[in-house]
Amino acid sequence: MNTEKLVPVAPWRPGLGSDLPKAATGIRGLDEITRGGLPRGRPTLVCGGPGSGKTLLALTVLINGALSFDEPGVLMTFEENADEIAGDVASLGIDMQNLVDAKKLAIDYVRVERSEIEETGEYDLEGLFVRLDYAIRSVGAKRVVLDTIESLFSGLSNTAILRSELRRLFRWLKDQGVTAVITGERGEGMLTRQGLEEYVSDAVILLDHRVHDQVSTRRLRVVKYRGTYHGTNEYPFLINQSGISVLPVSSMALQHRAPLDRVSSGIAPLDEMLGGKGYYRGSTVLVSGTAGTGKTSLAAHFMDAACRRGERCLCFLFEESPAQLLRNMRSIGIDLEPWVDAGLLQFHADRPSRYGLEIHLVTMHQVVADFTPDVTVIDPVTNLMTVGTYADVQAMLTRMIDHLKTENITAMLTSLIPGHTTIERTETTISSLMDTWLVLGNEDVSGRHHRGLYVLKSRGMAHSNELREFAITDQGLDMRAQEGEVRDGSL
Amino acid sequence: MEVSNAASASPFPEAAEIYRLRLYVAGTTPKSVQALRNLKHICEAHLQGRYEIEMIDLLVNPQLAAGDQILAVPTLVRRLPEPIKKIIGDLSNTDRVLVGLDLRVRE
Repeated sequence: MNTEKLVPVAPWRPGLGSDLPKAATGIRGLDEITRGGLPRGRPTLVCGGPGSGKTLLALTVLINGALSFDEPGVLMTFEENADEIAGDVASLGIDMQNLVDAKKLAIDYVRVERSEIEETGEYDLEGLFVRLDYAIRSVGAKRVVLDTIESLFSGLSNTAILRSELRRLFRWLKDQGVTAVITGERGEGMLTRQGLEEYVSDAVILLDHRVHDQVSTRRLRVVKYRGTYHGTNEYPFLINQSGISVLPVSSMALQHRAPLDRVSSGIAPLDEMLGGKGYYRGSTVLVSGTAGTGKTSLAAHFMDAACRRGERCLCFLFEESPAQLLRNMRSIGIDLEPWVDAGLLQFHADRPSRYGLEIHLVTMHQVVADFTPDVTVIDPVTNLMTVGTYADVQAMLTRMIDHLKTENITAMLTSLIPGHTTIERTETTISSLMDTWLVLGNEDVSGRHHRGLYVLKSRGMAHSNELREFAITDQGLDMRAQEGEVRDGSL
Repeated sequence: MEVSNAASASPFPEAAEIYRLRLYVAGTTPKSVQALRNLKHICEAHLQGRYEIEMIDLLVNPQLAAGDQILAVPTLVRRLPEPIKKIIGDLSNTDRVLVGLDLRVRE
């Protein structure tokens, strides 16, 4: 049954498969999408509406260059003054003045006040070139940000001169060999108001900020990237206290490793049902059932077992608070608190309605990347479905699961089935992504409450087809087969 | 780098404002030559004896560009009398230069 062979994964790595010289942005996700970063020594246009995050993206490229890649930078800003920008960046924990003092960053604030200027006759923008050149030389800049150069159009009236000078400027930047980021405001029917995309032919990144059902999502798309294979999808991205992070669409090519080692479910009889050894490491397990069937208890056993093995375990909660979960599980004899204290178990609780799906997804990616778990539990994954449409949820979960698989993280997702709905219909959304699917149910027969569990599917292993009855006791899930309780039939 | 034309113009007439003008250029180009020529012409005609022209070549002193917020060249900056005024271009349109210098009311 185990047909998934060990296929080597080929995620992007620095220096791998990069067709053109790239300048890493240091932005999580963006370097993956672009296979290494922005075109080195060439201008990139970043456009988007007001508040779409273009200035932040540009600044992050600049600051990461100065801090992490030994590439000093120049910020030429046409909009905010240097103090305001320093304030914006300070909220991300970065002290721009330090960088300026250390000669890693030069800032030139360009202000054009139309009311102060009289235009008479021929001119050019050589003054701008001189300033940029001077700033570049003063720090030996390798990166340059122009934010937002289109402001010149409101300051100067001769658009013919402006256009030809901008064309010259972008060519000049290329001649200087600097990696430049030029921001532009989204225009009607055009990427930018002044059609800057016409001048910047190397790379164009479009940012978008949408509010749907009062939930805001940010998306990024690489519109154009000459000479480089790049993802053309829209990628969700997040701006938070640690800056900007983009979520690359996972390798949809299904190139995950298929490890052969197994991890225990934490319940010996259940391991027995799963070919005697439990789940495959790096696989994804769906546990579905109606309310009160023991899904979270099953997940708690799994987490407990992982921590006992000394593995790191991350648990996303979309219904209960960590305190509630700890209390409830303690009542059935599973004490997870020592694992939390030991730093092996971390909870991340959020209300599903708090953000859009994308933000949940990006946040989860970030938490996973920060905590580097061996095992991840999402309880219940169905609560996320209230946030978006089925198609959106499926896309999001596909990405999430794909990411977990790529990282070889064993995942357990619990799924709450509304009463009286057939399992197959509600869960076709995600079931195809699952390696193992456990179904829990309960039934009241002659005054007694029966709980049952069966393995609906488990790829790559000979698994039990039995429906097993179990009890939830103060010692946890008890699956010891009792007389007459192994039955056939549906729940 | 400074071309002062004021020496021959003293003493300034009393009560007349002194015009301190700065002309920013980038190298010797036809536009910069033209601008200086036009400027001198206008000053002699309208500000005789009460102007100073300081010429700054940004190719020699690039650090001076940011201070006066120079982008375009040539740029003429009227530093005195206040407020500061900027006139960009080769100053070939005398009427607009005079308006820019507040020597003529905008029509």
